[in-house]
Amino acid sequence: MALRFLIPGPLQQFSGERREILIEGAPASLSDALAVLWQECPAIRDRVVTETGEVRPHVNIFVDGESARYTGGLDTPLGEESEIAIFPALSGG
Amino acid sequence: MPEPRHVRPSSGDTLLLVGTMKGAFVFRSADRGAKWEMGGPYFPGSAVYAMAYDARGGRRRLWAGAQSMHWGGLLHTSDDFGRTWTNPEEANVKFPDAAGVALQQIWQLVPGPESEPGTLYCGVEPAALFVSRDAGESWALDESLWNHPQRSRWEPGGGGLCLHTILVDPDDPRRIRIAVSTGGMYVTEDGMMSWRPSNRGVRAEFLPEKFPEFGQCVHKVVQSRSRPERMYLQNHWGLYRSDDRGESWSDIANGVPSDFGFPMAVHPRNADCAWIVPLESDQFRCTPEGKLRVYRTRDAGASWEALSAGLPQEDAFETVLRDAMSADALDPAGLYFGTRSGKLFASASEGDNWLLVADGLPPVVSVRAALVGDEARG
Repeated sequence: MALRFLIPGPLQQFSGERREILIEGAPASLSDALAVLWQECPAIRDRVVTETGEVRPHVNIFVDGESARYTGGLDTPLGEESEIAIFPALSGG
Repeated sequence: MPEPRHVRPSSGDTLLLVGTMKGAFVFRSADRGAKWEMGGPYFPGSAVYAMAYDARGGRRRLWAGAQSMHWGGLLHTSDDFGRTWTNPEEANVKFPDAAGVALQQIWQLVPGPESEPGTLYCGVEPAALFVSRDAGESWALDESLWNHPQRSRWEPGGGGLCLHTILVDPDDPRRIRIAVSTGGMYVTEDGMMSWRPSNRGVRAEFLPEKFPEFGQCVHKVVQSRSRPERMYLQNHWGLYRSDDRGESWSDIANGVPSDFGFPMAVHPRNADCAWIVPLESDQFRCTPEGKLRVYRTRDAGASWEALSAGLPQEDAFETVLRDAMSADALDPAGLYFGTRSGKLFASASEGDNWLLVADGLPPVVSVRAALVGDEARG
């Protein structure tokens, strides 16, 4: 049993070029899972969340295919084999 | 992502550090003439509002504050003129938990005095000052300014609530002036133990009280290094001079097509000489009459002359932003500026004649000129 993080291309330089990272254990929420990810890949943290702990406005995190913005934010509950995908949002000009 | 080119400067070369909305560029020239080599783009896709060259203590270090729309902002350094850059694991400029806010943009990077080679200053949005005492290894929020009782009444201007100007007094590094849009100018004389507003005589056209203690929308302030009591200020409406280190200001908008604009530069040796780029109104914000003209005073603002040789004078509706102009320290002084349309101009003749260094860059938001010293030899 493991959670799976999908790391976007621009952040793979901070994940040892890994596209997927498996997290053992059973974090109950997205926030708990991210805390484990930060331990595994500390440089990803400040790229994904601000110093106030909020997900950056142009970063989207999907849990099992649903944007966490609509499923409870960082409190989004996780299943034992949830897939957590980090994406840069469509933005820019 | 584009593969960047690199420059290999030599001692005596002039460098132009050019920050744009989509990355940073480094230009070099041996003679400030027609031939400029370009390095970059670095940090492609990130807005680079602040760059600096730190030659203190034998360094040859480039600094860049790069803000990714997605991944946030960081300070990066390069000790090989851009070939490689640091990419810190942890964001090196960030607000402490108690501040309850997040960094939006890095607006200004200023090395401290020669006597303090480990000191650097960084101005950010939301308006705050960060200081490093260990050559940029760590940064701390200046709590004194952050906790100033007037800060809660500062309002964001069009570019955001930013601290965009940091002036360390050449005679006394404990005396520092900063400018905030829109909060006005503040000064500390005790090494950032305390701050007070310093806007006497500066008009706030957009407020009922036209000469408030603070709240002016100061766009840029420059200070003469040869005569530090002489300062110039480009306001959101208003062009000013101070002869008492910014304690009081007098209007010097004499013969300019507009007293609205953003950038300013002061001559490295002649305190009576400064340059501006007036813009039409605060609505249009483009060069008047479709002519790109730099204005120069050589009599401390008693009069201004238009400098246009080599600059487009037809259908040139350009904008030059507050940090997109810089003077070098050579003789005669060189002057450089970039436009929001991605043009980069240089003058090796104090503005008398101009040449186009680059066209088609992303929108230029910052330009810094620097001279490569002997430390770069080899």
